[in-house]
Amino acid sequence: MTQEMTIDARGLACPIPVIRVKKALESIPQGRVVVLVDEQVAVENVTRLAAYMRCSHQCAACEGGFRIILGKPGSGREGP
Amino acid sequence: MRTDWKAMMPPVVIVAGAVLGVLGAVLAWAGNPPNMGLCIACFQRDIVGALGLHHAAKLQYLRPEIPALILGVTFAAARAGEWRGRSAPSPAISFLLGALVMIGTLVFLGCPVRMTLRLGGGDLTALAGLAGFGAGIWAGTLLLRRGFSLGRSASGSRVPTLVLPVLAAGLLVLLFLRPAFIFFSAEGPGSQAAPVLASVGAGLLLGTLAQRSRLCFAGGIRDLLLIGSPHLLVGLAAALVAAALTNLALGQFDLGFSGQPIAHTEHLWSFLGMALVGLGAVLLGGCPLRQLVLAAQGDGGAFCAIWGMFAGAAVAHNFDLAASPAGVPVGGQVVVLAGLVICLAVGWSVRET
Repeated sequence: MTQEMTIDARGLACPIPVIRVKKALESIPQGRVVVLVDEQVAVENVTRLAAYMRCSHQCAACEGGFRIILGKPGSGREGP
Repeated sequence: MRTDWKAMMPPVVIVAGAVLGVLGAVLAWAGNPPNMGLCIACFQRDIVGALGLHHAAKLQYLRPEIPALILGVTFAAARAGEWRGRSAPSPAISFLLGALVMIGTLVFLGCPVRMTLRLGGGDLTALAGLAGFGAGIWAGTLLLRRGFSLGRSASGSRVPTLVLPVLAAGLLVLLFLRPAFIFFSAEGPGSQAAPVLASVGAGLLLGTLAQRSRLCFAGGIRDLLLIGSPHLLVGLAAALVAAALTNLALGQFDLGFSGQPIAHTEHLWSFLGMALVGLGAVLLGGCPLRQLVLAAQGDGGAFCAIWGMFAGAAVAHNFDLAASPAGVPVGGQVVVLAGLVICLAVGWSVRET
């Protein structure tokens, strides 16, 4: 089942945004996780995690920071 | 999907680590204390002494590497659009953790940077410190997974962020003017110094590279444990290899456990001192080097941690907590154990709601 979650990680120090995103990605079988961060370093860390977890990622600037959309593919479509 | 090696091992982190390793060895060769070409903790401690805030007569010098590094970070952050004010969500805890981390480094005799440079000089007594550092970081990651957070910072004015770079520039001015109220050691490690311009240049370069690369010695092990990513650990590895090769080339590599410069052989206390550093650094969000970088680019929490480190250095030497090559005083042993308990209690109880 595809699920969507939003995580507001603005203002949280490294590496807490990464931990929250990892927990979120692990909690859903497949779907989207939208992450709000307010630092370039957090963008780098979250997209690195996405690459590591084989998830797609798109980042765009938004008011007050960045909005990163992570896509977790279903286990049938892409292996670990 | 293929593995993204550039994301896993960013070249800028490898370059920053390697340059740190080379400069650490070269600065020791050029006059800084042996295996102490660079040490974020020891050099802050020497500055505290130079300002008269502790009375260890052999440990007083306005080390220019620290203020130059701060200025290098601020310039690099300004160029990259990353110089911005951020409030400290938990100033008192950041201060306390900073002080405890400093005391841990002074019981081991070095911050994670110097630990790496000691290993790169062949000092095998630093292995106990490395093991303790890893253990402390591991404990910290358990607390992070459990939900530890110092809270959310808010973006703010850039004006307060000028305080640290202006103070850094002031320290460099005092170093050149040498007024009577600044203390300079006549003997001991505080009297051993590389030429000022070499130190300033090294600090500026390292500050720039550390800001761009996000180099963090605690973060390296932490991120490997948390997400399996070696992207920061490669910086530590590069620093170690570069320091060892440079020391070999300069004829100052001495492999062994005994007779190592500015080191002791009380391995249990090396382990526990660096465990305190690792745990405290994970709770703060980075090692002493990373705290200095964050503070210099406007982070209020790191700013509090830096002042905690300055206070910790004064306390460590005024109250006879700091180790010497002769060993670790009882007071230092007690404070390291108490510090570990305090860090665990903070990590357990402070969670973002």
